[in-house]
Amino acid sequence: MTLVSQTLFLCARVLRNLSRQPIWIVVMVVQPMFWLLLYSQLFRRITELPGFGTTSYVDYLTPGVAVMTAFFSGSWAGMGMIEDLDRGVLERFLTTPASRGAIVFGRILESSIVASLQALLILVTGVFLGARNGGPTGWLVILLASFLIAGGFAGLSHGIALRTRQEASMIAVAQFIGLPLLFFSSLLIARTLIPPWMQDLSLLNPVEWAVRAARGEALPGTSWSSMGGFLLLLAGFAGLTASFATWSFRSYQRTL
Amino acid sequence: MDAIVVDGLEKTYGKAVRALDGIRFSVVEGEVFGLLGPNGAGKSTTVRILATLTRADAGQAIVAGHDVRTEPAAVRRAIGYVPQASGVDREATGRENLLLQGRLQGMRGSDLDGRVAELLDVFGLAGKANDLVKTYSGGMKRRLDVATGLVHRPHVLFLDEPTTGLDPEARAAMWEELERLAAGERLTILLTTHYLEEADRLAGRVAIVSRGQIVVEGTPEELKHALRGDAVTVELHDADSTRAAEVARGLEGVHEVTPDGRRLHLRVDRGAQAVPLILGALDAAGALVQAVTVSRPSLDDVYLHHTGRDFRADDEERTA
Repeated sequence: MTLVSQTLFLCARVLRNLSRQPIWIVVMVVQPMFWLLLYSQLFRRITELPGFGTTSYVDYLTPGVAVMTAFFSGSWAGMGMIEDLDRGVLERFLTTPASRGAIVFGRILESSIVASLQALLILVTGVFLGARNGGPTGWLVILLASFLIAGGFAGLSHGIALRTRQEASMIAVAQFIGLPLLFFSSLLIARTLIPPWMQDLSLLNPVEWAVRAARGEALPGTSWSSMGGFLLLLAGFAGLTASFATWSFRSYQRTL
Repeated sequence: MDAIVVDGLEKTYGKAVRALDGIRFSVVEGEVFGLLGPNGAGKSTTVRILATLTRADAGQAIVAGHDVRTEPAAVRRAIGYVPQASGVDREATGRENLLLQGRLQGMRGSDLDGRVAELLDVFGLAGKANDLVKTYSGGMKRRLDVATGLVHRPHVLFLDEPTTGLDPEARAAMWEELERLAAGERLTILLTTHYLEEADRLAGRVAIVSRGQIVVEGTPEELKHALRGDAVTVELHDADSTRAAEVARGLEGVHEVTPDGRRLHLRVDRGAQAVPLILGALDAAGALVQAVTVSRPSLDDVYLHHTGRDFRADDEERTA
């Protein structure tokens, strides 16, 4: 119980601090909508190719942009941890009886919540552009997939932050994994149009799991079992990276 | 009863940097104990071990009856830790910082609200309680740091360099605050400082730390009285005072001569009588004197006496 309440208190602290940064809010709101508008115009005629399962690229793209936004913001989450580390905030928490896990989980939960709110905005924008995405059930799955993928990459990011403890290294890692993971997935383009070897490799990519889950309900021919399978994989990924972050936290403490 | 018992702590960073070399002292419940020494002497490392942030390589430490190694959670409930570099959240308000700290310590409801309001009031922060900490002055931020360490009414408070980086006015205000704190609640305070004046003013007992060990311990008065007579410092034109030291050693009424670069520290029975004698002897020996100061013993002299080094010079050397 204390672990849960401490996680919520620590998460609320970060969300409150972010809510006081107007520029951050504007970018978080505008950027995903911007992606959706830009891509849906740029690639508008792409659905004339076979394999998309829909003639509306917006319909195809909305879950993808939600996942992309979530996974990008998750990958950068470690920057906040480094700031706490540099400012001595982390050490102050460490001299209280607060659970070490809560310090990490609070941060991961923050990324998940922010990503879900962004996904919600993207869904609303999508609806205005004519996307349906499988109706309320589809929207719920998209929100869940965004929640999990953001948390999963946030765990990874915090773990790396606690190990490198340097902004420059953190930025380098986030940059390095960002675009490759994006392009090794069917986020922007129909899976059947991707070369077979890339299709195979993409099955190892958590971003692809999130895309496949999020898009499941929206496109015809996807079964609940495969969607559920991808959601389970995502949950496993989130659990794994959260453990990695907690473990990195212990190793950080040992170096103090 | 002893609130803090430190017994032979050792800590080495990496392979070469020996931060603590068997440090040993104890602090009685309710007293203000000052660890005094230059930067790098091992004060902060000691406090960090006692606050459960760092583990010692060897030795034992008991805080409020709990072993820091085997019962860290119990120690954390009993202590407040005010680090050298402020650990408050700059993007939050003063009140929010205190509330979160209390919640992490397991407080809640009206008990927590009341305690936070009380601390904001006591530390003169009530007017800015709902402003972001990044708008606070250095002195206000430091007062918030101390208040943060006190939210859960700890038995032991660690203050690591509480006034470093403050301007003289804010420092004086902080001293008043800390004196009130020490007098009021039944609180044990372990204070580290490299300001001799601060230890002299705030601490009931002082231990001088040098190279990871305690070199001497006692009340500031005891330490000063243990030195006989006045301190005389002669600044020479020459960079080396060794030869002048030889000259001064033979003089009547001069007990102790410590050459320190171009400076010569002497301990004499009566400063006013000794100075002409010393100057005459040095002049006869051909040593050119630039300045002479005479002073009643200070903790500075205690430090010099026990380590053979000038406090400020030691501090600069280690900071550099």
